[in-house]
Amino acid sequence: MLEIKNLVVQIEDKRILNGLNLTVNKGEVAAIMGPNGSGKSTLSYVIAGKEDYEVLDGEILLDGQNLLEMEPDQRAAAGVFLAFQYPLEIPGVASMTFLKATLNAQRKARGQEELTTPDFIKRVNAAAQQLEIPKDMLKRALNVGFSGGEKKRMEILQMALLQPSFCILDETDSGLDIDALRIVSEGVNALRSPDRAFLVITHYQRLLNHIVPDTVHVMHAGRIVKTGGKELALELEANGYADYRESEAA
Amino acid sequence: MADVTLMKTPAETALVQAFESAKTALPGNGESRAQAFEQFNARGLPHRRVEEFKYTDLRALLREVAPFAAAPSADEAKAALAGAKALAGVEALQVPFVNGHFMREAVDFHALPENLEIVPLAEALANGHEWLSRLSPVPWANDNPVYQLNTSFMADGVMIRVAGPVETPVHLRFVTAASSAIATATRVLVVVEEGASVTLLETHESTDGANHQPNDVVEMIAGDRTNVQHVRVNAEGDKALALSTLAAKIGGEAVFNSINVTAGAATSRHQVFALLNGENTHLRVNGATMLKGSQHGDSTLVVEHGAPHCESRELFKTVIDNEATGVFQGKIIVPHHAQKTDGRMMSAALLLEEGGSMNNKPELEIFADDVQCAHGATCGQLDEDLLFYLMARGLPKKEAESLLVQAFLGEALEFVENDAAREALVGTVESWLKARS
Repeated sequence: MLEIKNLVVQIEDKRILNGLNLTVNKGEVAAIMGPNGSGKSTLSYVIAGKEDYEVLDGEILLDGQNLLEMEPDQRAAAGVFLAFQYPLEIPGVASMTFLKATLNAQRKARGQEELTTPDFIKRVNAAAQQLEIPKDMLKRALNVGFSGGEKKRMEILQMALLQPSFCILDETDSGLDIDALRIVSEGVNALRSPDRAFLVITHYQRLLNHIVPDTVHVMHAGRIVKTGGKELALELEANGYADYRESEAA
Repeated sequence: MADVTLMKTPAETALVQAFESAKTALPGNGESRAQAFEQFNARGLPHRRVEEFKYTDLRALLREVAPFAAAPSADEAKAALAGAKALAGVEALQVPFVNGHFMREAVDFHALPENLEIVPLAEALANGHEWLSRLSPVPWANDNPVYQLNTSFMADGVMIRVAGPVETPVHLRFVTAASSAIATATRVLVVVEEGASVTLLETHESTDGANHQPNDVVEMIAGDRTNVQHVRVNAEGDKALALSTLAAKIGGEAVFNSINVTAGAATSRHQVFALLNGENTHLRVNGATMLKGSQHGDSTLVVEHGAPHCESRELFKTVIDNEATGVFQGKIIVPHHAQKTDGRMMSAALLLEEGGSMNNKPELEIFADDVQCAHGATCGQLDEDLLFYLMARGLPKKEAESLLVQAFLGEALEFVENDAAREALVGTVESWLKARS
């Protein structure tokens, strides 16, 4: 599904990703863990297509398509979805207006017909109910005045509506209390399917109790330095990242 | 020191000739016209060294003076009005003007809504109608050269009296349909009596390709406890030099909302002169301006808090594409006695491309010591992070930009109370955005 080969990325002359290799298969939930500054968020932005980053080498293939040659909206239409660590507030744009515009833009890009308003509302209401999002929240401007938990739930709502094939969750657990973490995780788990892959980026093992990964990758200094099963997360939780820092020093 | 006399420009000389040849034919008592023209002529067309016109140099912009047009034939008028689209979907009493002439045939004077009277201005001027004394309700507006020119040349218009609540909006529809350049100088006076309320729509449309020169004035006297909702649209043709003025004197405990939406004309300047004349009044003046190509759009505002305990809110949003130029000049005057004034003025501009420019000049003139006044001015580009967020959700760049521009201008439009008018204005923004992609 997703194949990253020898990815080298810098921002303002600072090297962030250093020959990163990563493969995520269809139906797989892959977790990336690593200390602050290891390049986790950069990786998510580069996959989604943020402009600020300079890709010096390597490639990112999604189902064989070269993502690096595509604009962010084309990547989204191809199936990429990034749940932001800090979802942005958009004053003046009602959440419903936003959801409808994005959903129809993607359908259009895929050559599908636009949704009728009743069909759209039905879908939103069903997804919102599962994520315990009240209707009046959907009438408000997108993310404006939302709590941290509400913003994250809104990200997952978008994911549920857009039905992407490759989902990146960038520190989705940050700023969530236990109840919100449960709701968000249930929302994500409901979307797990043999046709969809996830890349879950997190500092802590906590999220992985709720969204149980198939594989865990440890990232350090812009590279994947170790790959294992879900038990690797527990090991990291117990020992910290110190081992990897030392191996780097040696 | 020797007197310095500035050379008259050809346009100024032409204005003098136009006034000399027109003055005997213009309706009514010529004295106030002559006085206004004399005041205008003493200074000539305002230029960049005149503070109020620093960013809109009329001496440089007005090269050739367009002639006034004769009244159109019934067929011409009908065709002109049939093509008018601005706020066309809003149910309203139509008060149309074609080429600067009031189309009285289009108004059924016997079936006007309750509490509404309309008097044709040309006739009123000729007969010396008693309401004429109420013209020019804002005394200091008479110092303004654009206003002086209108007073000198005003040939037609209407006077409207609102004696109580009027449910149906009144639509002042100005259409210029001539294929070659013409000038207009209409004057509309709306007197809203104590406790009355009215929604006034005002739209200006003209043919593309001709250097039309409208200079139209709408003035209002809103009494105590009145509620006035005013929605103005500039949809002038692409070569027009459009000057306009709203002069309003507003009584106590009143609510007065005015919005001007500009997308038309090569050069436009809309002036708002508001005088708050009674306590506890709420004034809102908003602007939403969309400029592209080499368009120039000027919003000039003077609000005098002539009484204590009034609140004024001014919000002007300007979107500038290509090499267009925006101007906002806003002044709030608070005299000694206007204690407890609460005034807030904001101008925000969004520049979509490099090469555009925005001139912001907010001014506060405060003599009272117990007031709250604030002003702000911003110029910026679309937020790159927001654009990325929208694109990451699948919106192509142009659509993402459009959504953000709509949100930006939407803030100025959301105060329009009439749903159909507000939706029509949102539609105006959408079609402007569609035309750029």
